[in-house]
Amino acid sequence: MKPLIKTEGLYRYYGDHCAVQNLSLELYPGEVLGLLGPNGAGKSSTLRMIAGNLAPSAGSIWVDGVDLQSDPIQAKSVLGYLPENPPLYPELTVDEYLRYCARLHCVSGGAVDQAVSDAKGRCGLSEVGRRLIGNLSKGYQQRVGIAQALVHNPKVVILDEPTVGLDPIQIREIRRLIGDLSSERGVILSTHILPEVQAICSRVLILHRGEQAYASSLEHDANRVNESFVIRLKQPPELASLSQIQGISHVDQLSKGQYRLCLSGTESSASNLAEQLVQAGWGLEELIPEQPGLEQIFVRITTGEQTPP
Amino acid sequence: MILTIAARELRSLFLSPLAWSLLAVMQFILAWLFLVQLENFALIQPRLASMENAPGVTDLIVVPLFSNVAILTLLLIPLLSMRLISEELRSGTFALLLSAPVSISRIVLGKYLGLLGMLGIILLMSSVMALSLLAGGVLDVGRLVAGLLGLGLVMAAAAAVGLYMSTLSAQPGVAAVGSYGLLLFLWLINLAAGAEGKGSALFAWIAMPTHFDHMLSGLVRSSDLIYFILCIGLCLILAVRRIDSLRCKP
Repeated sequence: MKPLIKTEGLYRYYGDHCAVQNLSLELYPGEVLGLLGPNGAGKSSTLRMIAGNLAPSAGSIWVDGVDLQSDPIQAKSVLGYLPENPPLYPELTVDEYLRYCARLHCVSGGAVDQAVSDAKGRCGLSEVGRRLIGNLSKGYQQRVGIAQALVHNPKVVILDEPTVGLDPIQIREIRRLIGDLSSERGVILSTHILPEVQAICSRVLILHRGEQAYASSLEHDANRVNESFVIRLKQPPELASLSQIQGISHVDQLSKGQYRLCLSGTESSASNLAEQLVQAGWGLEELIPEQPGLEQIFVRITTGEQTPP
Repeated sequence: MILTIAARELRSLFLSPLAWSLLAVMQFILAWLFLVQLENFALIQPRLASMENAPGVTDLIVVPLFSNVAILTLLLIPLLSMRLISEELRSGTFALLLSAPVSISRIVLGKYLGLLGMLGIILLMSSVMALSLLAGGVLDVGRLVAGLLGLGLVMAAAAAVGLYMSTLSAQPGVAAVGSYGLLLFLWLINLAAGAEGKGSALFAWIAMPTHFDHMLSGLVRSSDLIYFILCIGLCLILAVRRIDSLRCKP
C-alpha cells in the first residue's frame, strides 16, 4: 500500500537549536498516527513541515506520492491542516469562513454549499452557522478550526492538539469524529495527553528533543493480555504469601493494602487471579488492569527516569 | 483563487469600522478643499474672462483636487495596507493560506487586488466630485482622464509599497511606519533635484511627483507608465520573495 505521508531524514533548525532531527515517518490510509511528546519536543514543527507551513532544513516529504518541495500546490491539495492556534477570522460568520476555506482549497463553485454543510454537520456546527466566529466560545472555535481542515474532504488530515480547550463531552465527540475520519483517510495528530493517544490512535510515535524516541502500534483488540494488575486488599496477608499465588512472577507493595502483581505468562488470566484472591479471603476491594507500558515508556523517555522493574 | 482572496480581504476591510471611517474623513476633507477651490474660481472668474488663453476649470479646480487626493491617499494607504499580511502573521491565520493549494504569488496578488478594490472606490468618489463640475461648465475630458490615470497609478504604487512593508513585520504598526517612511521619501526626494549636480536627474526620476505632475498636466508618457509599473512590479516581487523566505526563517 502506498503511504499517504512519507518523510525521510527530516531536520529543522531554529538558529542553533535543533527542533526536529532525523525524523522519518509514514502514514497509511485508515491509520491514526499520534505524535506524543512533552512541550517543545518538536511535534508542532513536524506537523507544520508536513503541512507546508515551514520549510525543512534537510530531508524530504512526500504527500500521496508527490514531493512537497517540488510540487507544493499538488501536494497541499490533499491536505487538511489545523494549526495549534486555529486560523480563524473573528469578523466572519462560520458559514462565510467555511465557504472561503472551501474555495481556497479549490472546491468547485456548485459543490461549496454542500461541502460547508457536510463539514458543519460533522463538527456539530449546524446551529451556529450564522454567528460571528469572534463571538463563539473557545470550544466552538476549535470545532470551526477542525471543520476548516475537513471542508475540502482531504485524504490526509493533520491536527495539532485538536482537543485543547474543549470540555470532556466535546473531547469525546472529537475523538469519535477522528475515529470516523480515519476509516477513509489518514489522520496525524499531536498531543501531550496519554489517554488520548490510547483512545484514538492506531500507532504512536514518541518524540523527545526532536528525535523519534519510540514508535509502536497500539492494539485495540479486547482479548489483549494484561501483564500487570493493581489490587487493593482489606486484610492484606504477608507479601510472601501473595507471591505464592499461581501464575504470579512478581509482587510490589505500593502502599498499605495495595499491590502490583505481574503475571508470569499468557496462561494466567484476570479471572483466574480474581478467583484465587477471593478464595484466599483477603477481602479483595479492587482489581485494576494496568495500562500496557506506554505511560511508563513515556515517563522514562521524557524524564530519563528508570521505571520500577 | 486570486479573486477569492481579494474578495475576502475587501469584505473584512468593510466589516471593520476602519474602512468606513477612513472613507468618511477622506470624503469630508476633499469636499472642503473642493469647495474652497470652487469659491476661489468664482471670485477670479471675471478677471479670467478678460485674459487671453486663460486657465480653465480643469486647471484651477480639477488639478489641485487631484493633487490633494494624491497627498491624502499617501497618508491613508499605509493604514489600509499595514494589516494585509502582518495582521495575518500575528494572529496565525496566515497558516490557512500557506497550507492551501495556492502559490505565494497568487496570495500576494489576491491581497493586492483586494486593496486596489478599496482604492478604486476612493478614486471613483473623487472623480465623481470632479465630474460634478460638468453640471455647470465644460471640462477638458482628456486632461481629466490623464489625471485620473496618474492618480490611480500613484495609489497602485503606494499600495504595492505598503503591501511589501506589511510582509516585513508581524506588527501592523511597524509596517505602517515603514510605508510612511518609504512613501514620503519617494514623494520628497525631488527636493534634492533642484540642486545642481549629477545626482539630481536620478533623484528627479525616482521621485513620484515628477511622473505624477506630467499626467496631471495631461501628458501620458510611456516612460512615466514604465516608472509606475516598475515600482509596482518590484514591490510585489519583493513581497513574494519575503513570504517565501518566511517559511524558511529560523
